[in-house]
Amino acid sequence: MNTKTAKIAKPRKNALVMFIHKMGSPPWFYNFTGKFIPWLWLIFGVLAAWGLYLGLVKGPADYLQGESVRIIYLHVPAAWMSMLIYSTMAVMAFIALVWRIRIVEILAMTSAPIGAAFTIVTLTAGSLWGRPTWGTYWVWDARLTSELVLLFLYLGVIGLYNAIDEPRKAARAACLLSLVGAVNLPIIHYSVKWWNTLHQGSSISLLGGSSIDASILWPMLIVAVAAKFFYAANLLTRARVKLLEQDMRKGWVRDVLKEKN
Amino acid sequence: MTPTRKRRLIAVLLILAGVGIASTIAFYSLQENMLYFQSPSDLAQQPIPPGRQFRLGGLVKPGTVERQEGGLATQFVVTDGPKEVLVEYVGILPDLFREGQGVIARGSLDGTGLFAASEVLAKHDENYMPPEVADALKETGHVSYPKEDS
Repeated sequence: MNTKTAKIAKPRKNALVMFIHKMGSPPWFYNFTGKFIPWLWLIFGVLAAWGLYLGLVKGPADYLQGESVRIIYLHVPAAWMSMLIYSTMAVMAFIALVWRIRIVEILAMTSAPIGAAFTIVTLTAGSLWGRPTWGTYWVWDARLTSELVLLFLYLGVIGLYNAIDEPRKAARAACLLSLVGAVNLPIIHYSVKWWNTLHQGSSISLLGGSSIDASILWPMLIVAVAAKFFYAANLLTRARVKLLEQDMRKGWVRDVLKEKN
Repeated sequence: MTPTRKRRLIAVLLILAGVGIASTIAFYSLQENMLYFQSPSDLAQQPIPPGRQFRLGGLVKPGTVERQEGGLATQFVVTDGPKEVLVEYVGILPDLFREGQGVIARGSLDGTGLFAASEVLAKHDENYMPPEVADALKETGHVSYPKEDS
């Protein structure tokens, strides 16, 4: 603790480093994030409503699949989130393991249930989409199987975190598990390239453009951006509650609660 | 960086490297078994004995779909360009089944080279567009047949 305060006191630190150090302090994090969480929820609501309206009401049906193509507005953004949240969690787990910053541990651990929820949405929506288009709810091809493994990894992280009583030890163990599980991410992404799968290849690549018509692509991208705001809002809300819970007996929590009343 | 953090960093990186190497090795040894289906060309290269179950994937060759009068039996040719296989299936085909569509059929070969399918799934491609765009593409000669790149 002493080394940390000494570091902050050094005059040559720039603003960004100062900001990062400040975010590591529970009361500062609690108050700072509390200010803009309502805005994140608001932006999420507006974007999600706008994207879904464009896609579900105004948008066209597909030339081959008809109306069932509209599942894309749920399935693809959720699938992206399931992988994005896992990578975020793994990066935070790495930071938490090396630097042992408690807030980062909490952020990594509170990411897991959100990611698991998005994975369940991905699998369910995809399964309901597979029935009318492919002719089956489920096949054990590489893409579907690796996404299911992702769900189990999330559940494993949540389970391990809750199985150990001491929260910081629990976080360390679960962070290691989530870091190891990150090898599954490239497998999910490239599964449709490396192996023959029933799942079709990627429609969108960062450099190669998209094979989805603009009238379907744009509403989907809007929902995808909305999902990112949902994650940010949900994550910070959960992390603040977790902080209060862990620091129940500390002075700053008493101050915060006093201010509220 | 303090020595403790450096030690932790090295330990975490070592674990990551170990897991990475282990999964790469597993990946290379599993590669063959992870193939969800065989293409007609795969089949020509490595014949599968009659009677053994496997999945055959490819495009339905346009003009080859023959439906039995008053029954559910369908015969069609699955092709991947250079090679083709005749498939017979009794049952209801998925909505997306049509000429030029990618399909995956599960079943086995009989002695004569006919593939008797017990299940046919439609493989969708990565193109999504409204019907008007598809029509416009067809008119300008960009036929939107599903392309098989795997």
